[in-house]
Amino acid sequence: MKETNENKQPVLEIKSLFKSFGDNHVLNGFNLKLYKGENLVVMGKSGSGKSVMIKCLVGLMAADSGTIKIQDFDITSLGQKELDVLRTEIGFLFQGSALYDSMTVRENLNFPLRRHKNKVDGNKNTEELVLEALDNVGLASAIDLMPAELSGGMKRRVALARALILKPKIILYDEPTTGLDPITAKEIIQLMRDVQKKYNTSSLIITHDVDCARVISNRMILLVDGIDYAHGTFEELSKSEDPKIKAFFKN
Amino acid sequence: MELSKAIYARSKRFFSEIGDMAYFAMRFFREVVSAPFEWKELIRQCYRVGNRSIILVGVTGFILGLVFTLQSRPTLLEFGAVSWMPSMVSLSIVREIGPVIFALICAGRIGSGIGAELGSMKVTEQIDAMEVSGTNPFKYLVVTRILATTLMLPLLILMGDAIALFGSALIENLKGEVSYLLYFNKVFDALQYSDIIPATIKSFFFGFAIGLVGCYKGYNCAKGTVGVGEASNAAVVYTSMLLFVIDFIAVFVTDIFVEL
Repeated sequence: MKETNENKQPVLEIKSLFKSFGDNHVLNGFNLKLYKGENLVVMGKSGSGKSVMIKCLVGLMAADSGTIKIQDFDITSLGQKELDVLRTEIGFLFQGSALYDSMTVRENLNFPLRRHKNKVDGNKNTEELVLEALDNVGLASAIDLMPAELSGGMKRRVALARALILKPKIILYDEPTTGLDPITAKEIIQLMRDVQKKYNTSSLIITHDVDCARVISNRMILLVDGIDYAHGTFEELSKSEDPKIKAFFKN
Repeated sequence: MELSKAIYARSKRFFSEIGDMAYFAMRFFREVVSAPFEWKELIRQCYRVGNRSIILVGVTGFILGLVFTLQSRPTLLEFGAVSWMPSMVSLSIVREIGPVIFALICAGRIGSGIGAELGSMKVTEQIDAMEVSGTNPFKYLVVTRILATTLMLPLLILMGDAIALFGSALIENLKGEVSYLLYFNKVFDALQYSDIIPATIKSFFFGFAIGLVGCYKGYNCAKGTVGVGEASNAAVVYTSMLLFVIDFIAVFVTDIFVEL
């Protein structure tokens, strides 16, 4: 994977990203490249800055310095409107699902389509697109339910359907399996793989779940002390003798 | 030394909060005139603001009219001035008591609701989710809510005033045997446009303050459920204070115009 990637143009690239909160230096020059069609896992301890990194990536948080390029656009130099358009190319699955709790599942999925329906298949109406997205996650029957009526796993599936409805080229997963039982976590991981296969998307997965990383990753980056401490496949990294890397895989 | 440090820290926090709120208000004015417009959501919010408060304002207005008239009657009777009741009640309610009381009630009802709603959306990352889906959450959530309170509050206050006057007329009719027609004729004799217009303009500012503070507190809510509670509570406390400041400025400005 590594050799072939070197000739490819990355769809997403982070260079020397710095972010501090007062004296707390969370990111100290983090680098990352995501190539088309791959599943890249960024693993780190809780509080290591994974979520900060992913929030800087979509412009939810401003980085102190560094460059973030998504499909050749430097997001730090984009205006609000251009950024909104670029964001339609990115699906984001939040750790807590972040479904709009005052809206039904249908309205949740309709929401991104309100302004950006022209981006997806123009021949299909909104209802067809919503049903297709829900079919992909196996929850077409839940279309009229409120988020409060769904279980944790169902919420995560609906959130995934919402993230996919604009047919993004890149999907960012923030701790996709956290808070789920092992069986549901496996189902979500399988779903992520299916989605990747069906739409040929590139995925960036932030997690501290080793099982999730093992199953889904083509390549991994370990985030330690605010930097991209180690790169490699799961097998390569799991065999490493470096104590900082070993600490992730010791169980 | 400790005390002066504490005073310095508190005043710094206070002024930085005022600055942040002014910046938030400026952002509102910038976003409110730029496309795309969220008409559907604005109408939904107007309905919610009105629907949430209509009964509360109505009942409070009716009781306000009743109590105000009952309390004033003995004093006016003593001076033989009971015929001045409609003028006195209408001027007091329309000019001052109505807008302030109804705005305070709406601050409790609407302001805290907005603070809690946006606060919980913030802590559950729903606002972030909106942003990454390519929708400007400030425009969708904040602009629509501030516009809705600004437009709806004058209507609620006018309705509350009318119901309060009806409550007053009821007491006068029962106790003083004054007909409704006579009562309202006297009310409209006493009321001038110079009473109604400044009060209505003031109501727009009250509505703006309720929406602005509620949205500001909710949108900038600290993480966790405690943050949501604080946002909701602070929205009411700050709005109530701000309402009195606006009222004072409005009365002061009106007074200057009347004298001119």
